[in-house]
Amino acid sequence: MSEIKKIATRQSYGDALAELGKEHQDIVVLDADLAAATKTSVFQKAFPDRHIDCGIAEGNMMGVAAGIATTGIVPFASSFAMFAAGRAFEQIRNSIGYPKLNVKIGATHAGISVGEDGATHQCNEDIALMRTIPGMVILNPSDDVEAKAAVKAAYEQKGPVYLRFGRLAVPVINDRPDYKFEIGKAITLKQGKDVTFIASGLTVNESLEAAKLLEKDGISAAVINMHTIKPLDEQAVIDAAKNTGKIVTVEEHSVIGGLGSAVCDVIAEKEQAKVLKIGINDVFGESGSAIELIKKYGLDRNSIYIKVKEFLK
Amino acid sequence: MNTIELQKIANDIRKGIVTAVYSAKSGHPGGSLSAADIYTYLFFEEMNIDPQNEKKEDRDRFVLSKGHTAPGYYSALAHRGFFPVEDLKTLRKAGSYLQGHPDMKHTPGVDMSSGSLGQGISAAVGMAISAQIYKKDDRVYTLLGDGELQEGQVWEAAMLAGHRKLDNFVVIVDNNGLQIDGKIDEVNSPYPIDEKFKAFHFHVINIDGHNFDEIAKAFSQARQTKGMPTAIIAKTVKGKGVSFMENQASWHGTAPNEQQYAIAMEDLEKAGAALCQK
Repeated sequence: MSEIKKIATRQSYGDALAELGKEHQDIVVLDADLAAATKTSVFQKAFPDRHIDCGIAEGNMMGVAAGIATTGIVPFASSFAMFAAGRAFEQIRNSIGYPKLNVKIGATHAGISVGEDGATHQCNEDIALMRTIPGMVILNPSDDVEAKAAVKAAYEQKGPVYLRFGRLAVPVINDRPDYKFEIGKAITLKQGKDVTFIASGLTVNESLEAAKLLEKDGISAAVINMHTIKPLDEQAVIDAAKNTGKIVTVEEHSVIGGLGSAVCDVIAEKEQAKVLKIGINDVFGESGSAIELIKKYGLDRNSIYIKVKEFLK
Repeated sequence: MNTIELQKIANDIRKGIVTAVYSAKSGHPGGSLSAADIYTYLFFEEMNIDPQNEKKEDRDRFVLSKGHTAPGYYSALAHRGFFPVEDLKTLRKAGSYLQGHPDMKHTPGVDMSSGSLGQGISAAVGMAISAQIYKKDDRVYTLLGDGELQEGQVWEAAMLAGHRKLDNFVVIVDNNGLQIDGKIDEVNSPYPIDEKFKAFHFHVINIDGHNFDEIAKAFSQARQTKGMPTAIIAKTVKGKGVSFMENQASWHGTAPNEQQYAIAMEDLEKAGAALCQK
């Protein structure tokens, strides 16, 4: 088998910004002393006059982005998910969300796959925080192709958008001619009749692989790539509940308040199904290689496979 | 406009403040009254704004970082013609476009929503950076409270403004010396305010915030200052113009009752009549 190409979605973010910046003079990019890590350095190199390094001051950066947006310019404010959604939560809520300003928040290094930096930098709470802000759109792409498409869609979308990217290089899985990214529209990657995976981010590929393992045991699993957490594609959830009656959500995020919770909100109100939420189980992370941690915290294909087998018993 | 004319407008703005807060039965009269002369000069003299075309692209911008003094902001905007003065009585009422803190989505003339202290200055810096990058002549003004200087974000914003040499950017500090819990220098002193802004690479001007000659000179000097932003530290009296509210921290966020309202309006009527004699 040929080697699968792997690219970190943060790299896709930087590349997509530089590409979009050529065409659109109204894009500016802000960073908080992490340009080399968030990859906004790619944009910075191409358009130094439109890159604003705010230094290590994320709260101020969000406010500055808000002010820029009031002048009709489209700012992409970038930092690690921990310091964007976490540290600057109230600035995002009050200065961006409340006035519905056209600010795009590029949050990289989300989730446990940050790896060696450990718990202080592994943000497993950002989706939960961002979901509570009225009008906030949340995109959590699964690979390079989708991340680039998400950046473009975010630019075209009017209003605040939270983009979630990872540090770890992940397999490119969406490189096909019929791939189409539409905000709020889930993508069914695999049909199945016994259970439906609803995943986003790097867990989409792990879910696809887990589905293959289940297939060997005669279990037919559907896989849905829920790249948009908000607004959630409720119809896709309802259909999954109707079709398979059992749903497994998989996310590199706390099981509290993230994709799993969003899916359960729909299930509770609109169409019943049994749900298993796979994610970070209300614990902090730790240092380690990304691959080790993904396994240790049960987000790899084998862990998913074992949990789903148990769930289906 | 001459000084007497400006003083008359400021007096009318003060009446609007007291009336709005009385009508709302809540709100922040103290810091609204202390900044009334600054609002007057900004909206009637200094800024390039047009009530008939409030969203015109090449306008100057204002962010009320001390958003709780919205009654002063609204009264100034109303008297400048952005919306009817009569509507000030709807302040803080359900369904009103005059929210407790400024809401850019619904209030004519408001450039930025604000209210959570320390955040408005960042937005104002963003506006000034946008003008800098896209080479526009717009100037950006932001009004801060002196208690607000306790918010760390103020200094994050000031650092960036100084670093980027934003000479289209003016910070005005309403230095009335009082915050909710008492005197600012007893709660957690931000002094020396001027030296702090100097250290952040601002051109700093200390003025009497109720003296229109000094206010005019300061804004003129700010325009002439190149290569750095300006901070105008305006010494003011909290509750200025209403006898029993002056220099009282308790009037930070309290509305007058019927009797107090009558006294306040009488104070302001007298002041207005005196100005007409001049």
